Amino acid sequence: MAKIRTQEELAARIGKCESCLKAKFTGEGGKRAIVICGGTGCLSNKSAEIKAAFEQKLKEKGLDKKISINFVGCFGFCSQGPFVKIFPEDTLYRMVKVSDVDRIVENDIIGGKVVEDLVYVDPNTKVKYPKQDEIPFYAKQKRVALHGSSMINPEDIDEALGYDSFKGLAKALTMKPQEVIDMILKSGLRGRGGAGFPTGRKWQFAHDQVNNTKYVVCNGDEGDPGAFMDRSMLEANPFNVIEGMMIAGYAIGAKEGYFYVRAEYPIAVNRLKIAIKKLNEVGLLGRHILGTDFSFQAHIRLGAGAFVCGEETALLNSIEGKRGMPRPRPPFPAIKGLWQKPTIINNVETLANVPYILRVGADEYAKVGTEKSKGTKVFALGGKVNNVGLVEVPMGLTLKELVYDIGGGVPNGKQFKAIQTGGPSGGCLTVKNLDTPIDYDNLIAQGSMMGSGGAIVMDEDNCMVNIAKFYMEFITDESCGKCTPCRVGTKRILEILTKITKGQGTMEDLTYLQELAFATKNGALCGLGQTAANPVLSTMKNFYDEYVAHVRDKKCPAHECKDLMEYYIDPEKCKKCSACARGCPVGAISGVVGKEAFKIDTKKCIKCGSCISTCRFGAISKR
Amino acid sequence: MAVQSIAKERIIEICETYKKEPTPLMMILSDIQKEFGYIPLEVQEIVSEQIGLPVAEIYGVVTFYSFFSLEPKGKYVIGVCLGTACYVKGSQALIDKVLEVLKLQKAGQTTPDGLFTVDALRCIGACALAPTMKINDQVYPKLKVSDIPNIIKEYQARG
Repeated sequence: MAKIRTQEELAARIGKCESCLKAKFTGEGGKRAIVICGGTGCLSNKSAEIKAAFEQKLKEKGLDKKISINFVGCFGFCSQGPFVKIFPEDTLYRMVKVSDVDRIVENDIIGGKVVEDLVYVDPNTKVKYPKQDEIPFYAKQKRVALHGSSMINPEDIDEALGYDSFKGLAKALTMKPQEVIDMILKSGLRGRGGAGFPTGRKWQFAHDQVNNTKYVVCNGDEGDPGAFMDRSMLEANPFNVIEGMMIAGYAIGAKEGYFYVRAEYPIAVNRLKIAIKKLNEVGLLGRHILGTDFSFQAHIRLGAGAFVCGEETALLNSIEGKRGMPRPRPPFPAIKGLWQKPTIINNVETLANVPYILRVGADEYAKVGTEKSKGTKVFALGGKVNNVGLVEVPMGLTLKELVYDIGGGVPNGKQFKAIQTGGPSGGCLTVKNLDTPIDYDNLIAQGSMMGSGGAIVMDEDNCMVNIAKFYMEFITDESCGKCTPCRVGTKRILEILTKITKGQGTMEDLTYLQELAFATKNGALCGLGQTAANPVLSTMKNFYDEYVAHVRDKKCPAHECKDLMEYYIDPEKCKKCSACARGCPVGAISGVVGKEAFKIDTKKCIKCGSCISTCRFGAISKR
Repeated sequence: MAVQSIAKERIIEICETYKKEPTPLMMILSDIQKEFGYIPLEVQEIVSEQIGLPVAEIYGVVTFYSFFSLEPKGKYVIGVCLGTACYVKGSQALIDKVLEVLKLQKAGQTTPDGLFTVDALRCIGACALAPTMKINDQVYPKLKVSDIPNIIKEYQARG
């Protein structure tokens, strides 16, 4: 591959790649292209098989030379995956199966007709949307950090260069490092990993340190269960994140950067590896980049399944080959970080925003967002919501818009109950918080936090005490054990919650719970411990009635806690077919076929739920 | 139990690959885990000799991270996703069923025949497919409790 040695050579290469990519999208010279979602979600849903089937079919038809096929990053609309998009018509097919490939090739590619039943249909209005941009799910979104996602081939450096990559770095290299930092400060960019610390200030601290060796670390240890923003960015456009890291390196005076990525993300790691290799080949990583004095190299380190390593000082220990336990601060990593050298640690999404800021300028970037939170935020919207997926929205959008306009509301006609933001460190927000504009400060004021961007919707069937218990189980498992408030405090909290969900709690326990939660919050060493009690505190604040129902009335209003509910057959609805009795593993159901409605012996019942899934008449319910 | 000489050679080779890195322990352990499936004490001793760290320190690291295992895992590793998105859609019932069918007490255990290990996963990131389960690399989307016995039977038949 030809080396890119100067700004002029880069500009020329970018120009060439841009016209090449434009030709692909607009079909210049009769070109056509098929792109298929290659994100983890769709790959788990057979998109690799779909790609192979297309290749096979095109070969059979002798079209393989004329039509290109490649993977692209996540489309974001994951509940409708796997996606296939045809250029230049820009037709988007959703929920494609291997068996649909023949039809798409015959009818669309050869016949020129859209395959109507594979096009997205809005479930409410029944309107068909053959083009991605017109689908309501995308209407309120704005893609900055997800730039290039679902558009470019993440393993192709030329497609990345044709889609704005390295324009930001080229610009930065014409500026002084201090000017770059000033620009980031002015843009108002805040860390996307959770706490929202101003990125420019972090860079300034590290910049001001006099030291020949400094490091940039990219935190890709996305441990929040139910969140996959960082992974998608690395999978969809690794070049963009590397560029962000290089700009940070230039600004603070670092020559080396480390990506710390979860080992659970093999595809992201692989694409990152490919990108680093290709950038080295063309000389965009290495010594004297673009003929300047700036040299930079990027390395990858894998996590090994420890949530606490998302905490920045624990992450540094992990890279240093130690147990991933946090270090006391100060000294802050910007003063003494990796191998005791000045280090900045930025989240993947933070770095993904940086090239855009350099390209469009601080003022343009700051036009989007609220007064104190600028730009966009990527959320992994999941749980009980129709449109599960990855969304990027301007700061200041309300939770209601997120859940209903983008998420399409709660499925199966159920009632919205809560939205959990910030994962195990965040809190549950409720109906009364729905009009809150999303930004760092608002979410904290409401008792939750932005966190890394997980947003899990819950409905009336979810018990909030049980959810608090779920997060506490997670935290006790992941607590590193270094400080007592977190190691012991979370364990005691879990014990009380378990007691409550078993119907053995007392009103006194609720007071203890609150006291313990505050003690853990105030006493813990690192971010994990300090926020560990948030799920408990926020559910107690917003759903105190439910706690009281468990303790005083020994009832679980959502019928989720097994010890506090029973299964019940409605004799009116029972068709006396005996299907439930035959499926019951403990013989707790009795009745006479065709004559007598069936009944559950609650003493024998082990509450496994197999009868509910067996009954076709909806006669069995929980109470 | 002595480590076979061929395995020992390979472990030394892995250590050599990363010797130039500033702090190579995690990388070495990751590779050994990936290649052999577990990192018993005997192997830690070899790593200790190679890179000059005390076994105690290596043991501390191995036991800290959930990816590293002191025991071999089953031929089929069944990972039920207990990430939040799967959990609110009922994945706890899935793992309960898997354990019941395999007659195991809790996640992390392996069946006596060495065929299955059951793990509780933290989020495989396929939240649109919730609730999900993974058997080795195969992902099972949108599962119901009633699907579990047949899926396991299929693997038992394969042996």
